[in-house]
Amino acid sequence: MTISRETAINVTLALILLAMPFLALQLGKPFYVTLATRMAILGLAAVGLNLALGLGGLVSFGHAAFFGVGGYAAGILASHAFAGQPLNLGLFALPGTNQMLVVWSVAVLAGGLLAAAIGVISLRTSGVYFIMITLAFAQMTYYFAISWPAYGGEDGLSITIRNVVPGINTLIPINYFLVCYALLLTALLIFALIRGSRFGAALQASRQNKLRVASIGIAPFRIGLVAFIISGMITALSGALYADLNRFVSPSMLSWHMSGELIIIVVLGGVGRLWGPVAGAMLFVVFEFVLGGLTERWQFFLGLALLAVVLFARGGLVGFLAGRMRHG
Amino acid sequence: MSLLEIAGLETFYGASQALFSVELDVAEGEVVALMGRNGMGKTTTIRSILALNPARSGTIHFAGRETQAMRPHRIARLGIGLVPEGRRCFPNLTVAENLSAAARPGRWSLAEINGLFPRLAERRDQMARTLSGGEQQMLAIGRALMTNPRLLILDEATEGLAPVIRHDIWTVIRTLKAEGQSILIVDKTLAELLPSTDRCFVLEKGTTVWTGRPADLTPELQDRYLGV
Repeated sequence: MTISRETAINVTLALILLAMPFLALQLGKPFYVTLATRMAILGLAAVGLNLALGLGGLVSFGHAAFFGVGGYAAGILASHAFAGQPLNLGLFALPGTNQMLVVWSVAVLAGGLLAAAIGVISLRTSGVYFIMITLAFAQMTYYFAISWPAYGGEDGLSITIRNVVPGINTLIPINYFLVCYALLLTALLIFALIRGSRFGAALQASRQNKLRVASIGIAPFRIGLVAFIISGMITALSGALYADLNRFVSPSMLSWHMSGELIIIVVLGGVGRLWGPVAGAMLFVVFEFVLGGLTERWQFFLGLALLAVVLFARGGLVGFLAGRMRHG
Repeated sequence: MSLLEIAGLETFYGASQALFSVELDVAEGEVVALMGRNGMGKTTTIRSILALNPARSGTIHFAGRETQAMRPHRIARLGIGLVPEGRRCFPNLTVAENLSAAARPGRWSLAEINGLFPRLAERRDQMARTLSGGEQQMLAIGRALMTNPRLLILDEATEGLAPVIRHDIWTVIRTLKAEGQSILIVDKTLAELLPSTDRCFVLEKGTTVWTGRPADLTPELQDRYLGV
């Protein structure tokens, strides 16, 4: 069996990302561990978006909502655990927690529920209307967070001590990186399994032509909704990780800039490619850090890079290196 | 009882009326030809059956159910397999994915389709967009069969194909007929079509104007309704 060029690139990307923090420690630059963690987390968020955008053709301009909701799940649970006050949900009270496994579950559940609610309405539209309606929903969550003083409002919410995973000291940066990296790999595995399944085939077919999918007896709406929900769940998980990385959540995680950045990451890396979002996130963080250190206007150069990709390398970084997708 | 029964069908594209009064029925195990010149409403009738262009009035019954109010995927699930005009495969999926995405349990499985169209088996991992026209047509038929339809609808399945491929496809259609597959077929090659059909319906300006057995479709009638 020969290894395709894309597989080789994927393995290289995986190894580079894994090696980065260890190399950083060797060179005595621990800050780079945090950068690598940031890459893994943003990559994870973009893997979520890639499921909807890359496979389903659902251009969601509202994935910040899921990212932020995941972040707030981590922040709110941690703050209640720290204060020793249960979370009053009206019907019942939920104790706060600093256990990441619980935080992740709550984040994924909340992201899934929100995606279901947004998806049920948004998926009745398509094209530019879908983009706008997902944006509108995300902005609603943004303003909701701003106007909710109990959890910091505009100032955001600090996580005093990073949440914990049993058996792993997450306060050590490299450990936390490995946790995030493992979750990233898990999400990529899920993405690959979905893409190879019948569901994935139907999802990609519905991107191509919804009526044609319906005429073979598959409900395109339902397929899209399931994909949108799974996508929201993955992005919410990354939001929880992001909050714990920065030990801080703020409404900016919910803003449309964040949604835009996620789309940029997916497009830079390669829409619909397995490792595209990771490549995009790595590129994005490098831009942010290297150019951001030189000039405040680093996003100008990000824009140029995006322009170059859209004009000359439609498959993104991975597509540019690996050639066209999936030859027979 | 008929598998498909259509009465008084009227369909519009926006403000312009395409179908005025289409009558059509297909019995179980029957091969029915839907005929007429270009623009007379054959494809529109098919699109109305699947509610891709929902009819404004008239009735459609399929397998004993009234289907006008149903959504396309529901109607397809009742057992209609459509091979659309112009071979609409999913170009961004492989041959195998095109087939498996459509699959519902029954007589036709991936292995059966590969037996019917060996060329699809050879190209199973190839993207559908890289197939030749004839292969795409085979794939479209295979995809429709994978849904194990009670009624197979073939809209211009042999149009624009090389004679050798046309021949292959007609052979498959006759095989299906011999197995008792109900088929509604639109095609322009009368020489191949007439011997394979049980009954014909002729449309003119969106209205059913003639119904009968192929043997009764005299050269005069052919000239009157189908001649160019």
